[in-house]
Amino acid sequence: MSLTPGLHHFLVVSALLFSLGLLGVLARRNLLVIYMGLELMLNAANLALVAFSRFNANLNGQVMVFFIITVAAAEVAVGLALIVALYRKRQSAHVEDLTSLKL
Amino acid sequence: MDVHAAHNAVTAAAPAFSSRPEDIAWFILLLPLLAAAGITLIVRRSNFLAATFSIAATVTAFVLSFVLFLMFGVGDAAAVTSPFAWLHAGELAVNLGVTVDKLSTLMLLVVTGVSALVQVYSVGYMHGDRSFPRFFIGLSLFTFSMLGIVLADNFVMMFLFWELVGVSSWLLIGFWYEKESAADAAKKAFLTNRLGDFGFLLGIIIIWAAAGTVNFAELSQKLGAHPDLLGSLASVAGLLVFMGAMGKSAQFPLHVWLPDAMEGPTPVSALIHAATMVAAGVYMLCRVFFLYQVETAWPAALAFFGSISALDIIGGIGAFTALLAALMAIQQNDIKRILAYSTLSQLGYMVMAVGCGGPDAAMYHLTTHAGFKALLFLGAGSVIHACHHEQDIWKMGGLRKLMPKTFLTFALGTAALAGLPPLSGFYSKDAVLLAALDNGHPVLFGLGVLIAAMTTFYMLRLVLVAFLGSGRSEAAGHAHESPGAMTWPLVILAVPSVMLAWVPLGDYLTHHFFTDHGHVHGHGSEVISFGATISAAFGLVNHILFEPFNHAPLPAFLGTGALIIGAWIAVTLYWNAERDPLPKLLGSFARGMRNRFYFDEIYEAIFIPLHDLVARLADWFDRWVVGGLAVRGAHGSTELLGRALRIVQSGNLQTYTFFFVAGVALVVLIALK
Amino acid sequence: MPALTDLLFYGFAGLALLFGFLCVANPLSRNPVTSAMFLVLTICSLAGLFVLLNAFFLAAVQVLVYAGAVMVLFLFVIMLLDLKEEERRKLNKVALGAGTVAVAVIAGILIRAVTSAKPAADKLVEGTTKPLGRILFTEYLLPFEILSLLLLVAMVGVILLSKKELK
Repeated sequence: MSLTPGLHHFLVVSALLFSLGLLGVLARRNLLVIYMGLELMLNAANLALVAFSRFNANLNGQVMVFFIITVAAAEVAVGLALIVALYRKRQSAHVEDLTSLKL
Repeated sequence: MDVHAAHNAVTAAAPAFSSRPEDIAWFILLLPLLAAAGITLIVRRSNFLAATFSIAATVTAFVLSFVLFLMFGVGDAAAVTSPFAWLHAGELAVNLGVTVDKLSTLMLLVVTGVSALVQVYSVGYMHGDRSFPRFFIGLSLFTFSMLGIVLADNFVMMFLFWELVGVSSWLLIGFWYEKESAADAAKKAFLTNRLGDFGFLLGIIIIWAAAGTVNFAELSQKLGAHPDLLGSLASVAGLLVFMGAMGKSAQFPLHVWLPDAMEGPTPVSALIHAATMVAAGVYMLCRVFFLYQVETAWPAALAFFGSISALDIIGGIGAFTALLAALMAIQQNDIKRILAYSTLSQLGYMVMAVGCGGPDAAMYHLTTHAGFKALLFLGAGSVIHACHHEQDIWKMGGLRKLMPKTFLTFALGTAALAGLPPLSGFYSKDAVLLAALDNGHPVLFGLGVLIAAMTTFYMLRLVLVAFLGSGRSEAAGHAHESPGAMTWPLVILAVPSVMLAWVPLGDYLTHHFFTDHGHVHGHGSEVISFGATISAAFGLVNHILFEPFNHAPLPAFLGTGALIIGAWIAVTLYWNAERDPLPKLLGSFARGMRNRFYFDEIYEAIFIPLHDLVARLADWFDRWVVGGLAVRGAHGSTELLGRALRIVQSGNLQTYTFFFVAGVALVVLIALK
Repeated sequence: MPALTDLLFYGFAGLALLFGFLCVANPLSRNPVTSAMFLVLTICSLAGLFVLLNAFFLAAVQVLVYAGAVMVLFLFVIMLLDLKEEERRKLNKVALGAGTVAVAVIAGILIRAVTSAKPAADKLVEGTTKPLGRILFTEYLLPFEILSLLLLVAMVGVILLSKKELK
């Protein structure tokens, strides 16, 4: 693997970013921070797609990223609204307090 | 066989019935079923309507059967079958079809005729019973099943109806199911029959595996073309099929159910044990007689049978059953049981005839026997009815004057059974004896003559004790003649008992069995066409009456001699006897006879512990392996797994995410491998 | 001698990973606001990477939509909910450990996967507004319109969810 940044380099960065996002989702207790972790993972995917687009001489990947950004915006809006609604009901945005899925 | 040719011949012979004969046969078969269904679904609450439905259906069936009989009695009308596909599983293709030929039409007549009379009789006999309509449902269902056996054109269909007969006989024998003995007898009959049916089924499977067809006509054709088709299993298959007959026709060692089945209402005894169910075995043997005409062949394990053929074994079993049952009948005191053992004995006779290679003689005897044995049973029912359900002949006596019609008809039936010329029994018995003699079975012939003497003896004993002498009990003294519904069937049945053999039935059957196959039977008599004979019958009466004496004097004279000897001993011992003199004369042998030679006890001692052992093993297996391991194991492991999985259900979002990620990692890892 | 763009790549990549790490696992502060700010920085670094990949339009959108709109939304919500109490909670060590292990496994698998990918044709495309707009409004017209519908639905949903009394 040469030092000149190629597809591999971008993909490795993307994978590491994705893992960081996953770590946030798994380790943090605050719903908002978990959400940020999710955003990080989405961005990592975006990076991978743009890199694919660049190195395959194809714009489709960028179109996909455009879509992802739009969907992410919508998702963030709805998700945050849900968190707000949840907080109103429970006075907490902490996952350990939200265990009504339990049997 | 060309169906169209047969059809044309038939329509020419009977222009009034343009309907195809197989359609008539289907109609005959379904009528009783319709009656049973109709009674069950519509008129279950009405005694009158139930009886009307049932009797109307059976009488119509009888009339139609008579039409068919006329069609097929004429000339050489071929067998007609109308198969339609019923099931098709792999190589096994089973059709439902009817066989209409000389054999089945004759049997149709016997079954519907006796059934109709028994049903009329039941109106009187069962009067006042709580479950009157249920009785007629049972009778109709039974008739349907029996007709199915008669008309079946292949083994599988026959087996189906065979089992149906088992079920409906179970319903009828156990009709008074509140009575423990009746319920037990029904169970015993059913189970014993099942035992035989098991062999029957195995036989069918062997035949199917070897020949690839279960259709009688095809099978007969194939066996005719390749006599070694069944290979080394030929005789075994024949014997296994015979096992079915052994169960239904109550041959030794499966004979034990029949006497017990007398617990059912007497009309049932008359229907089941005279004309139909027990005759089914013999009929089946005659239907598949081609199976026994192949070369004797035993598998290596059974090579010690050597040249003994399946027919020889069948004949031996028949003769042994006949002898055994006759011995038992001599010392019975229950009027119905005497008749039951007599039936056993006569069935043994028929089976012996089949074993001697005389299915015509067997069918001949079956037909005449159906008439007079039904008459005897119904007569016994009349006596029992009159004596307030007293069945011990030593508590009867003097009924001759009180019940003249019953006595007369009963006496005629007895004479026919004993084989008094020129009553029907004489001719058929003569045919059986002749079959044994002509086909080289002198021992069986001797046994047959001996049994004939014994038959006369025990039947005369019954008549002398029950009808003559003086009344030995209160009930017998106050007996009175039964109502018309009961006596008329007796009178009607007395007619065939006397005259059946005056039509050339024997030739008719011989023609059926031995013309198609190219055999020339020992009788050698010229085949007389049925239609021609009917016109000339009365002119030929003289010829017919004394034909046996002229043609084959040995069996005829010996049979008559046996009759005279048996009668002489019976009259000597039982004329005006107050108690049975035989126990004193014979000692412990008489006790053995009375106790049915302890067969029930022997079976109980041998088979019950064995059965219990197997049952206990099965119970253990069911309790621990099936119940414990399979059932409880399954539910236990499920529950355990559920408990384990419940721990995981913490409700914590991140735990779920963790498992999710682990799952993804696993999947990706596998996908990338 | 590495080219300037190569150096820029390593710079932006390093910054993105560093800020990303500080966003999800800042050892100094567990305040969500801090995380949000680091997320903004990560997104900006990613925008730099996009530029290096010739995706100029997307780089602009990344900064405008993500760093601008989405993160503002985050900050609003953080401030709307009073989350002071959160900081007093103890860290769940077991969860952290298990999470780290899982993440490490995933990261390992992913990196192994991407490094075994085949190098592709090295032909340049310009991700400027014009070609992207053309493909967006020709080939991807239907998904684009559906996307607008999605945004509408999201908007309606958010309004409904944000109402005080859910009926």
